[in-house]
Amino acid sequence: MDIGLPRIGPRSLIIWRRNILVWRKLITPSLLINFGEPFLYLLGLGFGLGFFIGEMAGLPYLTFLASGIVASSAMNTASFEGMYSVYTRMVPQRTYESMLATPVDVDDIIAGEMLWCATKSTISGTAILAVASMLGAVLSWSALLVIPIVFVIGLCFAGPAIVMSAFSKSYDFFNYYFTLVVTPMFILCGVFYPTTSLPPALQPMVNILPLTHAVDLVRPLVSGQPPTAVGLHLAVLIGYAAIAYYLAVVLVRRRLIL
Amino acid sequence: MSQSADAATAQSIVIAAECLTKRFGKQEVVSSIDFSVLQGQCFGLLGPNGAGKTTTIKMILGQSPISYGSLQVFGRPMPENARWARKRIGVVPQNDNLDPDFTVVENLRVYGSYFGLRRGELDDRIEQLLTFFNLSDRANARVEQLSGGMKRRLIIARALINDPELIVLDEPTTGLDPQVRHMIWARLRELKQSGKTLLLTTHYMEEAERLCDTLVIIDYGQILANGSPAELIRRYVEPEVLELRGPSGDLQLALAVQPQADGGPACRFETIGDTVYCYTDDTQTLARLFPDMPGVSRLQRPANLEDVFLTITGRDLRE
Ligand SMILES: Nc1ncnc2c1ncn2[C@@H]1O[C@H](COP(=O)(O)OP(=O)(O)OP(=O)(O)O)[C@@H](O)[C@H]1O
Ligand SMILES: [Mg+2]
Repeated sequence: MDIGLPRIGPRSLIIWRRNILVWRKLITPSLLINFGEPFLYLLGLGFGLGFFIGEMAGLPYLTFLASGIVASSAMNTASFEGMYSVYTRMVPQRTYESMLATPVDVDDIIAGEMLWCATKSTISGTAILAVASMLGAVLSWSALLVIPIVFVIGLCFAGPAIVMSAFSKSYDFFNYYFTLVVTPMFILCGVFYPTTSLPPALQPMVNILPLTHAVDLVRPLVSGQPPTAVGLHLAVLIGYAAIAYYLAVVLVRRRLIL
Repeated sequence: MSQSADAATAQSIVIAAECLTKRFGKQEVVSSIDFSVLQGQCFGLLGPNGAGKTTTIKMILGQSPISYGSLQVFGRPMPENARWARKRIGVVPQNDNLDPDFTVVENLRVYGSYFGLRRGELDDRIEQLLTFFNLSDRANARVEQLSGGMKRRLIIARALINDPELIVLDEPTTGLDPQVRHMIWARLRELKQSGKTLLLTTHYMEEAERLCDTLVIIDYGQILANGSPAELIRRYVEPEVLELRGPSGDLQLALAVQPQADGGPACRFETIGDTVYCYTDDTQTLARLFPDMPGVSRLQRPANLEDVFLTITGRDLRE
C-alpha cells in the first residue's frame, strides 16, 4: 500500500475546474435548492419556533438559528458531494480512471474534490446568509467573514466524506454515515440550542465534534459579538480536513491503483 | 562512436520490460515477461481473456504497482516517472470512461486540461481530431447519445489530444462493426506513418496481422511466442489450411482416407466441433485426395495468425 505523503499540486485546480464546469450546466436548479432549503428552515423554524422562544443565549432566535444553519448546511453540502458525487465519479463513471491516464495523480484528484466540496459549501452558506439578511437575521457586517470560514468548514467535512466513498461498496453505505454521523451532529452540536445546555456527560464528546467548532466560529460573526477561541476552532477544522485528506488519498490509491 | 550508437538505440526503445511480474495476492497474473517496444513500431500484445494484457498496460501507465522486475518507459524507470511518462502517452482504455457529464467537444477540452493544455492551443487540435474521426457533426452531442462506434472513435480521439509519442490501445475495436473497424485501422496506420509508437491489444487476429510489426502472444501471464505476424505463421503452422466441415460421421469417413499414407503431402489434423483443420504445405493436392462428399463442405486458405494463436494457446475455453 502506498502510504507516501501526498503532494498537492496545481493540477488539483484542474479537477476543481472540471466540477465547476459541470455545476454551471445545472446552475439554476442547483441555486434554487441552495436558496430554497434554508428559506424554508428559517421561515418555518426561525419564525415558527422563534415566536415562542424569542431569544436564545442572548440572541434573537432567528439569528441564533440562521448562524447554526449556515454551518450545518456547509456540513451537509460537503458531505453529500464528497459521498454521492465523488463515489459516482470514482466507481460507476470511471472518471478518475480516465484522469489517472493523464499526468493527474490521486493526490490531485482528492485535493481538487475537497476544494470543490468546500466551494459548494461556500455557495450554499452564502445563499443562506443572503436569505438570513433579507429576513433581518444578520446583525453585523462581520458576517462577511463567514464566507471564508464556511469554505474551511466545507474542507473539514469533505475529507471524511471522501474517506467514506473510498471504503464504500455501494451508495447504501452512505445512509449509515448520514444517520450515524451527520444527523447526530446536526442535532447535538449547537445548531438549534447552545451545547452548554446538554448534560455535562455529553459535553466532552460534543466538544470534539467538528460541527460544534464550526457553529462557534460562525455565530459570533453573524450576530456581531466578539468571536472567542478562533485559533482553536480553526485548528480543529483544519486538523480534520488534513487528516482526512491524507487518509482519503491513501484509501483511494489502494482502491484505484491495484 | 559506439557510445553514440548506444545512445541512439537506447533512445529508440520506448518500452523495455525485464522480468516484469505482477501478483494479486498469491495469484501471479504477469510472470516475468521480457519485451521491448521500439520507436515507430506497432507492437501487439495478444492473449486470451485473462492473459494479463490489461494488467501489463496498467503497469506501463503507473496505474498498477509492479510486483517484481523492471520497466522503463522512454528510458526512465517506472513507476517513479509515471506522471512524466503519461504526459507523452495517449491511452485508449479497454472500458469506456468518457465523461458523461460533458458533450463530445467538452470531453476533449476537459481531458486536454488534465494535460495542462490551454483553450487556445486545444481548439484547433480538437477540430482536427473531430474531423480525423468523422465526429464533427456530433461535436455538441452528449456522450450518452453516441453509438458504440462513435464513443470508441471519441475515446481514440481523446487519446491523441496531447499529441502523444506513444499510444496505448487496449482492445480499441472490440464490439465495432466492420466499417468503423476499417476506419480505425486506417487512422492507426496513418498515426504509425507519422512516427507514433503504438502498443495494441486485441482479440482480432486479423487486426493484429494488419497492424502489428511485432507481437507477443501471452497466456497465463507468460510470453509464449514473439515475432512479426509473418514470422510467427512461418514458425508455428504450415502455410496452408484445408478445412472440412460437416456431420461427424461424414468427417470420420473423410479422414479414413489417410492422404499421407496414399503418398499425399504431409499433413497435421486438428478436429474442433464440426470442423477438421488440415495444416499442410499443399492443400491443392491434399484436397484432391479426399473424396467429394455431399455433406462435407471444404475451404482452402492460407494459414493466418488465428491458426498460430489457437495452436499456441490451445483451444480450451478461458474463464
Ligand atoms: N484487481 C485485481 N485483483 C485480482 N485479480 C485481478 C485484478 N485485476 C485483474 N486480475 C486478474 O488478473 C488476470 C489478468 O487480467 P487482465 O485484465 O490483465 O487480463 P486481460 O489479458 O486484459 O484479459 P481480457 O482480454 O479479458 O481483457 C485475470 O485472471 C484477472 O482476473
Ligand atoms: Mg484486458
